[in-house]
Amino acid sequence: MFEISLHILDILQNSIKAGASLITVRLTLKGNMLTVVIEDNGCGMSKEFVARVCDPFVTTRTTRKVGMGISLFKAGAEASGGSFSIHSREGVGTTVTAVFDISCIDCPPLGDINGTMISQFVCHPEIDFIYSFTTDKGQMEFDTRAVKQVLGDEVSLDTPEVMQWMQESIKEELEQIEANVN
Amino acid sequence: MKSIQELEAIRQRTLNTINMRKDNQNTRVVVGMATCGIAAGARPVLLKFMDEVANRNLSGVTVSQTGCIGFCRLEPIVEVYSPDKEKVTYVKVNPDMVGRIITDHIVNGKVVEEYTIGYYEKNNK
Repeated sequence: MFEISLHILDILQNSIKAGASLITVRLTLKGNMLTVVIEDNGCGMSKEFVARVCDPFVTTRTTRKVGMGISLFKAGAEASGGSFSIHSREGVGTTVTAVFDISCIDCPPLGDINGTMISQFVCHPEIDFIYSFTTDKGQMEFDTRAVKQVLGDEVSLDTPEVMQWMQESIKEELEQIEANVN
Repeated sequence: MKSIQELEAIRQRTLNTINMRKDNQNTRVVVGMATCGIAAGARPVLLKFMDEVANRNLSGVTVSQTGCIGFCRLEPIVEVYSPDKEKVTYVKVNPDMVGRIITDHIVNGKVVEEYTIGYYEKNNK
């Protein structure tokens, strides 16, 4: 993957497949270290499955025997001098944590993280998302439940105008905390 | 944060048009977003479709995503489902191709042959 935000997009598909109703993505930039935490309340995995899940030849798919998402994310983090961990409990949910050293030459750029998040808000209006970004300058937190509360039941997050509003809203807030990791 | 009042206004405007929309049959644009699609560049394609639909104010067009379609080597793949028509599959789609798919196919009903999987497979043996 060329961008960290593409890895995040990929891992989010696992949370969605796991039937999550709330997914939280937290990015924290402290010095050169960027920590990405993706937490969901989906179906979770058994201990045995978690132990094997970083193996690219492990997947829940039945069409073929490879599943690259988690193994690529882990490889990306570790290649940049960072770290990776995954915790899961059946029936409770899964948390994936990856740390990247953004000063490392092998660290991919964060990329279009807003594009990653917005596309998921719009494609899965039935799922609640929290997207937060913390830098030395402060914290941005965007909770789609707050947007849904204003919109009510009849107007969905996939309404084009709502999408544009979310895009601009998040962009403005990120500028305020100087969240530029590209 | 952009103002909540603005969001309220969007809600009102949308509610006013929502009843008209219900009668229209939907065209669905589906982008493959598994690991293979994402790595090949599906996200900018998906976002471009969303932006175009918003900017052209196209009602009755929904943009959504799916998992692996099964032709990883041809990703990014976009499927267009129009009412009463056969599904059309576009392959190796990039954001520059989205404008034509929207104007020719989705708005004017004319499939962009040279972007389709059939055309690609025939000319790249």
